[in-house]
Amino acid sequence: MSTYREALREAHREALARDERVFLMGEDVGRYGGTYAVSRGLLEEFGPERVRDTPLSELAFVGAGIGAALGGMRPIVEIMTVNFSLLALDQIVNTAALLRHMSGGQFHVPLVIRMATGAGRQLAAQHSHSLEGWYAHVPGLKVLAPATVADARWMLWPALCEPDPVILFEHVLLYNLEGDPGSAEGGSDITHACVRRTGERVTLIAYGGTLGKSLQAAEQLAQEGVECEVIDLRVLRPLDEETLLASVKKTRHAVVVDEGWRSGALAAEVAARIAEGAFYELDSPVQRVCTAEVPIPYAKHLEEAALPQVSSIVAAVRAAL
Amino acid sequence: MARAHFGPVPYAKPFALELVRHMLRIRRFEERCAELYGTGHIRGFLHLYIGEEAVATGALTALGPEDALVGTYREHGHALVRGIAPGVLMAEMFGQREGCCRGRGGSMHIFDARTRFYGGNAIVGGGLPLGVGLALADRMRSLARVTACFFGEGAVAEGVFHESLNLAALWRLPVLFCCENNLYAMGTALARSESETDLCAKARSFRIPAERVDGMDVVAVHEATKAAVAEVRAGRGPRFLEFQTYRFRAHSMFDPELYRAKAEVEEWKERGPIHTFTARLKDQGLLCEDEFLTLEREVQHEIDAAVAFARAGTNEPVEELTRDVRAAEGQA
Repeated sequence: MSTYREALREAHREALARDERVFLMGEDVGRYGGTYAVSRGLLEEFGPERVRDTPLSELAFVGAGIGAALGGMRPIVEIMTVNFSLLALDQIVNTAALLRHMSGGQFHVPLVIRMATGAGRQLAAQHSHSLEGWYAHVPGLKVLAPATVADARWMLWPALCEPDPVILFEHVLLYNLEGDPGSAEGGSDITHACVRRTGERVTLIAYGGTLGKSLQAAEQLAQEGVECEVIDLRVLRPLDEETLLASVKKTRHAVVVDEGWRSGALAAEVAARIAEGAFYELDSPVQRVCTAEVPIPYAKHLEEAALPQVSSIVAAVRAAL
Repeated sequence: MARAHFGPVPYAKPFALELVRHMLRIRRFEERCAELYGTGHIRGFLHLYIGEEAVATGALTALGPEDALVGTYREHGHALVRGIAPGVLMAEMFGQREGCCRGRGGSMHIFDARTRFYGGNAIVGGGLPLGVGLALADRMRSLARVTACFFGEGAVAEGVFHESLNLAALWRLPVLFCCENNLYAMGTALARSESETDLCAKARSFRIPAERVDGMDVVAVHEATKAAVAEVRAGRGPRFLEFQTYRFRAHSMFDPELYRAKAEVEEWKERGPIHTFTARLKDQGLLCEDEFLTLEREVQHEIDAAVAFARAGTNEPVEELTRDVRAAEGQA
């Protein structure tokens, strides 16, 4: 057993030991041990050249990561949260994602960017948003959302083996999650969605921070005799349409759970793919459970009310049936 | 005071003529680009470097083939001096598959892996952290290479300029920051956008040694760059050069030039980098009129051949539209 945090740390340790081109940089990844303690101990083990503290200059250190990747390194850049990644959005979208295409295939950017995302810790509006859907909009990027300890352990190395940029989202409520990290053979896929629970009646589609709530909702519904199939998207771009559609065609009902805001969220894209690919197999309209369209508030009861919860997922399943 | 070079041109004849050839090639290439824009063969944005030729010529001839270059959207001159074939460059502007980027980039996005030419960047300041990262990779890999990072004076207003200079200085990275100060960010004069117009002072505030150079004088540019490159290559951290220069043409093909006086443009043209340099060479007996005319003819033939190459080019098949977004299966 290990925590999600420890699994991530072990993944970094493995990558740093395995390939001398790999290095980690970001704010407080070294001396401080990582904002979420993911990199604690790595500075002592690998030294300041390879576990590199940066100034609070998101745009420059992400851009430097791109440059270092072009220059033959395999950088892992940690951004403290997705909210701060907006300061680096220009380099991610206007450089990393475009270079291979814009250069006619001459250059490519083997870079992994990791960042925390999501709400639930009363950190208020500037630390709690879920903008995964924005990144999943951009051609040239691959977007991953490990939602289990095993995925936290085994997604990093294959991400580093990609010749093009990969963004890895870690939901803040997952760091203390305990689970079985499993083995490399079981978890190194960064292509497919995963069926986390099988069921016949309705398909619940979730990722990252909403997977646990969806599994709880499924458990509760099972006691009432409603068997849900729960799909963990895992890869937000490109979407694994095949796994999604196979499940929906079987259950004929779909509920998409997403911590992003409803308008233009990734859930909207998933719903559209279902409508395009399985319209005639559906017995009811696709339901969405998303975050209320407000900046995430500080007060606990308001924050909870804004986010998808087990009760709202259960209600959406009932509405679908 | 900007570094200028008084006295005789300190070069042997072959190198002096090479400098003339580079500057002439840029000038004639771009004059042709403007014509081809008029006839619709080149579209999109086209930013001409005419007037600023001494900067790319003097600076890039001070780099080695192992060094890297990061440019801006006004980069045809740099691409030519760096050794990208004029035909391949022209084909790119025509939007053809024979272009260096298979028609994906156009005028503003020239890339060339062979010469380590990393763009071609249309986000002002966007290349700065890229240059810092390339230098970081060289440092971590113990390679004695230099990354020359070009940007205009407009970029100093961007936050990323300050972030990048700080990072390069903090980590003592082998970057040469080359600021092409042509006085106007599109139409905004430096004094209208900066509270501190001394750009070298900004660089020095990060403890980066900085020097102001007469960018209309190819000798001054070359000498200053050669000295700075030696420092950077020796591992003494980044250097900053401000080249004071001037573009004779409009910002792009859509600019009516309402923001500057014609007399100012004429005044700068008197300091034009090609005629002033050739005059010095003639005075010193390093160049005679016949040799100059021969050079002109040769460059003209080269540009004619480049245009012919582009005219004979082909369209990338539409089936190839989505190639090179990410690596294909099994591709590195």
